[in-house]
Amino acid sequence: MVLPGPRARGLVAAARAAQGRRLEDSEPRSPSADPASRRAALYVHWPYCEKRCSYCNFNKYVARGRVDEAALRRCLLTEARTLLGLSGVRRVESVFFGGGTPSLASPHTVAALLEAVVQAAHLPADVEVTLEANPTSAPGARLAEFGVAGVNRLSIGLQSLNDQELQLLGRTHSALDALRTLAAARRLFPGRVSVDLMFGLPGQQLGPWLVQLQELLRHCDDHLSLYQLSLERGTALFAQVQQGAVPCPDPELAAAMYAEGRALLRAAGFRQYEVSNFARHGALSTHNWTYWQCGQYLGVGPGAHGRFVPHGAGGHTREARIQTLEPDNWMKEVTLFGHGTRKRVPLDELELLEEVLAMGLRTDVGITHQHWQQFEPQLNLWDVFGASEEVKGLQEQGLLLLDDRGLRCSWEGLAVLDFLLLTLLPRLQEAWQKQRSPPPVPGG
Amino acid sequence: MHRKNPLRALVFDSTFDQYRGVIANVALFDGVVSKGDKIVSAHTQKRYEVNEVGVLNPNEQPTLKLYAGQVGYLIAGMRDVTEAQIGDTLYLHNHPVEPLPGFKSAKPMVFAGMYPIDQSEYNNLKSAIEKLTLNDSSVTVHRDSSLALGAGWRLGFLGLLHMEVFNQRLEQEYNTSVILTTPTVPYKAVLSSAKLIKEYREKEITIINPAQFPDKSKVAEYLEPVVLGTIITPSEYTGKIMALCQARRAVQKHLMFIDQNRVMLKYLFPLSEIVVDFYDSLKSLSSGYASFDYEDAGYQTADLIKMDILLNGNTVEELATVVHKEKAYSIGKTICERLKDSLPRQLFEIAIQAAIGSKIIARETVKAYRKNVLAKCYGGDITRKMKLLKRQAEGKKKLRKIGNIEVPKDAFIKVLKTI
Repeated sequence: MVLPGPRARGLVAAARAAQGRRLEDSEPRSPSADPASRRAALYVHWPYCEKRCSYCNFNKYVARGRVDEAALRRCLLTEARTLLGLSGVRRVESVFFGGGTPSLASPHTVAALLEAVVQAAHLPADVEVTLEANPTSAPGARLAEFGVAGVNRLSIGLQSLNDQELQLLGRTHSALDALRTLAAARRLFPGRVSVDLMFGLPGQQLGPWLVQLQELLRHCDDHLSLYQLSLERGTALFAQVQQGAVPCPDPELAAAMYAEGRALLRAAGFRQYEVSNFARHGALSTHNWTYWQCGQYLGVGPGAHGRFVPHGAGGHTREARIQTLEPDNWMKEVTLFGHGTRKRVPLDELELLEEVLAMGLRTDVGITHQHWQQFEPQLNLWDVFGASEEVKGLQEQGLLLLDDRGLRCSWEGLAVLDFLLLTLLPRLQEAWQKQRSPPPVPGG
Repeated sequence: MHRKNPLRALVFDSTFDQYRGVIANVALFDGVVSKGDKIVSAHTQKRYEVNEVGVLNPNEQPTLKLYAGQVGYLIAGMRDVTEAQIGDTLYLHNHPVEPLPGFKSAKPMVFAGMYPIDQSEYNNLKSAIEKLTLNDSSVTVHRDSSLALGAGWRLGFLGLLHMEVFNQRLEQEYNTSVILTTPTVPYKAVLSSAKLIKEYREKEITIINPAQFPDKSKVAEYLEPVVLGTIITPSEYTGKIMALCQARRAVQKHLMFIDQNRVMLKYLFPLSEIVVDFYDSLKSLSSGYASFDYEDAGYQTADLIKMDILLNGNTVEELATVVHKEKAYSIGKTICERLKDSLPRQLFEIAIQAAIGSKIIARETVKAYRKNVLAKCYGGDITRKMKLLKRQAEGKKKLRKIGNIEVPKDAFIKVLKTI
């Protein structure tokens, strides 16, 4: 792993500095010189895995033979440069390496990509650079290399502390491997390590799972993600459940696990800042926060998603973009055109507002009046939701709050948010359409 | 059989041609027929002039005459297939003859209510049914209506298979999907309340709609239509058939051995018990050997009650049914179970109850949602999630609200449909 001299030192310094930083607790970051339209988060997708987990339906591939890392790296760099140019983004606020299994990539790729970003836009010294890591049997050394390359936050896909469950999920590691990786990660990136834990697995019982969670609390850092298993058609686990080889997960039990789990974490000092994400001492994920606040983000790599206004190409409307899914095809397109954007869909104003609503309510702070105003200066939250009988009903049931801070879910409401949205979204549509076509003014 | 005898032609099939009218397929038993002859239908006694005769090769090939012993077709200016009934006899108008044996109008054995999935499809379905029955005169058609499903029909078929084929043809050839339901049976009530008698202007009223069901206190007696059914079966199935009839509230009227191996049974059946699957059950039980025929036998007193369906205490008008007291529990339970499976969960518990008056006879519960939120919602998930949410919100608009419970249209369908 060879890095060009001065850049390397700069990156290493940035990495070390970032390791010592903490994120402020939920309040908007200090305004930067660049307007919101010139800022974005950057997501980079590494599509390869050693093995496909039985529940996974992400855009991932098991490589046949050796991965041509150099070629993939070249394409990632090219696409990153192209999209930075197309978007006109001047400041990248967070970088996230997801996948696949990004920890299978070489740290050199991470460093090279960060280098390319630094050349095309401003990358703040303390920028959050997250890497998703798979617990393996040789953690320490590799993670340190990633640290040197510029990574300053780690997300470990632990999933379970029960070896049988890990086997059912098709994971390549044991619970012990995971705890070792976690310990090594905490040494390298203190306060910047996140772990994923799943619940609602087939055959899982409430008591034993809570024991797992408590055990995890003894080892984990300041960030935890709790994910309910969702059986997706086309996955091996789905097929096993259908055939009856594996019991069907009980949704009632999963709901109970969620309720108990989040209460347990709250008692342990964690702030549930999003439906599935918990942090203490302010260790939120800046990158993911961008999604829920409907900030711009660039998606680089096969199947990556992006949402940004292509200022650099003269555009004015935010577009939802997705890059070509299949790595080989994606590489061909990047080589030919500089990027492998498969689909671009412009989002109209209403669609953007709907996203602001649906994403914002996933967080504990919800949608503040100021936040809403950035997207819709003319209609405020009271205008949209204040008069609705149904919304009032939800407030009376203690699920929703609409006050001088803004609109947000209560503790109970967060668990049934998708149900609440079915009342809120039509209300938003009505209010928005009414505003667009005002009733005819009587003549005179 | 002689061509010199007066004309006797048996109609064994008929098709409808848009331009030429009804084309009757005939077999000549006696006589000769040619263009210009004036013929009469034994069944309808209507007179026609023959426009064309011919043979089928298999295409139509017109000829000058058709002779006794030949099989061919005949066009005589009939505009409706019911004018050329299968089994009918045609003869020359000035030479009436004894009708050929074997003419009996097809008696429907299986009935079903047929409704369009959406009332906007009503006209399409209407014309589709009309076209299909043009060439299948064994299907009987009556208008009907339901609170939940709107305007539709009550159709009679020769058997369950006939009904299935008809349904499939509707879907494939006319691209119309329908809802099949257990058909309504015309119950009657003899009123005892002077006020109601004045209102309805007669003492005995027919109840088509459960909403019209008058209360027990105002009624001297309830009546249900009955039929006298005749079953002829090989003797080895007698026991099973008798059990089947008993399960259908039938009363045995007669049992006798026709010969060494065959038994004839006569039972008085409530019409409501045989309209759907009695015939097919009978056939299954007897490996196809039993035969069934029935005739109208008027009305008999019956212990009828109106069964209401309640959701969290709110009555669902569309699902009220009039049933016999004996069958109330099993029907009530089935409806509750079907509703449980088709009602979406809400933020609160839903109690589904079947009730007779104020007495609850069956109950099911739909549990409340404790968790309903997408676990992962990051960059790549947002598009899909928004699409799903918007689609669900659209669907919610079409839901009927009963109390504060949202009921999808297809919940009604699932409850009311047969099987």
